[in-house]
Amino acid sequence: MVEQNLRYRSDEPVSDPAVTVDAFADQNNATAVRIEPGDDARALLPHLDRIALVEVNFPAYTDGRGYSAARILREHGYAGELRAVGDVLLDQLSHMRRCGFDSFAPNQAISSEAADKAFATWPDVYQKTVDGRPAIWAKRHPA
Amino acid sequence: MYQYDSYDQSMVDARVAEFRGQVERRLAGDLTEDQFKPLRLKNGLYLQLHAYMLRVAVPYGTLNSRQMRMLGDIADKYDRGYGHFTTRQNIQYNWIKLEDAPDILADLASVEMHAIQTSGNCIRNTTSDQFAGAAADELVDPRPYAELLRQWSTFHPEFDYLPRKFKIAIIGSETDRAAMKLHDIGIQLVKNDAGEIGCRFYVGGGMGRTPMIAPVIGDFVSPLQMVSYAEACLRVYNRYGRRDNKYKARIKILVHEIGADEYRRQVEEEFAHILTLGLEPPAAELERIKGFFEQPGFDANASDELDLSDPDFALWVDQNVHAHKQPGYAIVNISLKPVGGIPGDATADQIRLMADLALAHSFDELRVTHAQNIVLPHVKKADLYGLWQKLDEAGLAAANLDLIGDIIACPGLDYCALANARSIPVAQKISNRFADLGRQRELGELKLKISGCINACGHHHAGHIGILGVDRKGVENYQLLLGGCEGADTSLGTITGPGFNEDGIVDAVEKATDVYLAQRAEGERFVDTYRRIGMAPFKEAIYAKEPANG
Ligand code: HEM
Ligand code: SF4
Repeated sequence: MVEQNLRYRSDEPVSDPAVTVDAFADQNNATAVRIEPGDDARALLPHLDRIALVEVNFPAYTDGRGYSAARILREHGYAGELRAVGDVLLDQLSHMRRCGFDSFAPNQAISSEAADKAFATWPDVYQKTVDGRPAIWAKRHPA
Repeated sequence: MYQYDSYDQSMVDARVAEFRGQVERRLAGDLTEDQFKPLRLKNGLYLQLHAYMLRVAVPYGTLNSRQMRMLGDIADKYDRGYGHFTTRQNIQYNWIKLEDAPDILADLASVEMHAIQTSGNCIRNTTSDQFAGAAADELVDPRPYAELLRQWSTFHPEFDYLPRKFKIAIIGSETDRAAMKLHDIGIQLVKNDAGEIGCRFYVGGGMGRTPMIAPVIGDFVSPLQMVSYAEACLRVYNRYGRRDNKYKARIKILVHEIGADEYRRQVEEEFAHILTLGLEPPAAELERIKGFFEQPGFDANASDELDLSDPDFALWVDQNVHAHKQPGYAIVNISLKPVGGIPGDATADQIRLMADLALAHSFDELRVTHAQNIVLPHVKKADLYGLWQKLDEAGLAAANLDLIGDIIACPGLDYCALANARSIPVAQKISNRFADLGRQRELGELKLKISGCINACGHHHAGHIGILGVDRKGVENYQLLLGGCEGADTSLGTITGPGFNEDGIVDAVEKATDVYLAQRAEGERFVDTYRRIGMAPFKEAIYAKEPANG
């Protein structure tokens, strides 16, 4: 089985398997961790400097907790890979990217052309998030 | 009124293009109905009993005549010549074809309208006071703040898959005309002793099967931090709202289960963090938006005189015309509740006529109210008589605002896939029973609200008289509630007892009004009398056995 992975980073992918948040707390050499919807992303904040990959699992696309988890990590300065895994669908990609995800391992393959189109859905954005895009209000009122 | 700039327009256009692609993928079979459903719902497209239903957003209930005219044209072109104005200040079309939906959205986009986030577990269209910018009792015009919220909530990337739908209402008057405390977030703009404006955040209200009145969570949030505070409220909800049971997924359940104090603590913590991120639009943006809501060019010499010699006109003025803050002007309420009519329905011709009247007499502005009526907010008193005549000719001059004939009703089993019972025929029967306007006026303010199931789209919990359709062993049955109220003295209605069939419920309503007439004290509304004398006398009258003969 070829696991397709959309990745938008230039560094080397981490090969370590991602461990659970609970296991991570006990293993001080782990560099990859996997967040389930019920996990508190803030539990990882003290360890951000040694994490290279955070996988955020979406068991069902309708469960949107992972969007908050991703933003919280980025808002606190996490710069490693942030990967959305699981029930990740084409129509969710652009919002996920805006919340800080920079790689995707969807259950059902998505072509990189389709993904690029999805990322380009919105010519502009109303909110400032963690993706660096200027909000419309910022464009209206350049500093 | 707010006008799109090129940014706003391109966002709506992008959405039309995106949805067109999604519909194509669905029609081609590339998307299953399960995958397509959340996408169409985010564009207000429901699959109902007979056809698709399209819900169009009317942001904070405000429209210009071009937009209103387009709503009429869409009713003609894609529906059966009418539209249905709803308790969410929106309009719904009940007979839509999937293949037409992208074209309808494109037509809407051409007049700066859309159906974005009118459904689905996301932040819905923000509602407001239908008298905003016009009411004599207004402290702060809520519309600029509502527009700020509209932009912030549109395509918000973090809050598109919340535990459940999320409804925000914002008002700026002491009188609450938007049922603000019955929303997920209700914001009241207030002033402190220093005259500064603040946002009072009520969080965790709602109707549905567990009605709750929202507690105050943020007492006085700076308007220049309103978006950040809302962001904090939503983030706590998105992370901790229940997802195990859709009936317990609204924010009201979270606030109730952890308590207002604990919820407030979590929000404050998140708020402090969010303030460090600089997410708030600058003051200049609020000022820019405010520029669109300047007072219209009122005639300072407009006369306050009104010739009331035509008695029918005088009745209409007394009932449907509301005080305006500008001398010589008035707020006109157009009731969409003619005797025996379907509450909230208007034909394409009526919609276009209201558009024309708004252009000629109300500075090009209309509002949709949560009571399913239309408002012309700025009408010169001198124009009222001519306006009334035109409304009357078109069947739009029912003089029953806030009377028992001004019924709120959800679509019910005639359209809705979730319904237990029909709402519309019950509304029509009650409307016919109380057809006599003199009798309605004798009963005074009496808000009657009907829902076809426990979801409470017809606000039955908040009706002075509420009616709830239930399914009793496969037969439609109606429960009666008394004592609900929205506004500053919000309260939830109490069920009288066993339910009734369709005719029985009409009789029961009549008996309840008889008790009121017999027992009321000077100046009391129905709900006041109920609050004073309690349920017992009503119950006794409603369930009294017919006296046996002989
Ligand atoms: C016809 C299709 C409709 C469907 C399938 C539908 C579905 C629902 C559901 C499931 C709820 C309960 C949500 C909850 O408690 O979590 C609800 C609540 C509500 N709906 Fe509808 N609805 C429909 C039409 C309408 C219409 C026409 C209006 C406006 C007239 C409306 C306004 C509301 C309001 C005001 C509430 C209660 C407030 C709240 O707690 O959200 N709905 N609806
Ligand atoms: S209250 Fe029930 S019947 Fe009425 S529209 Fe809402 S879901 Fe449908």
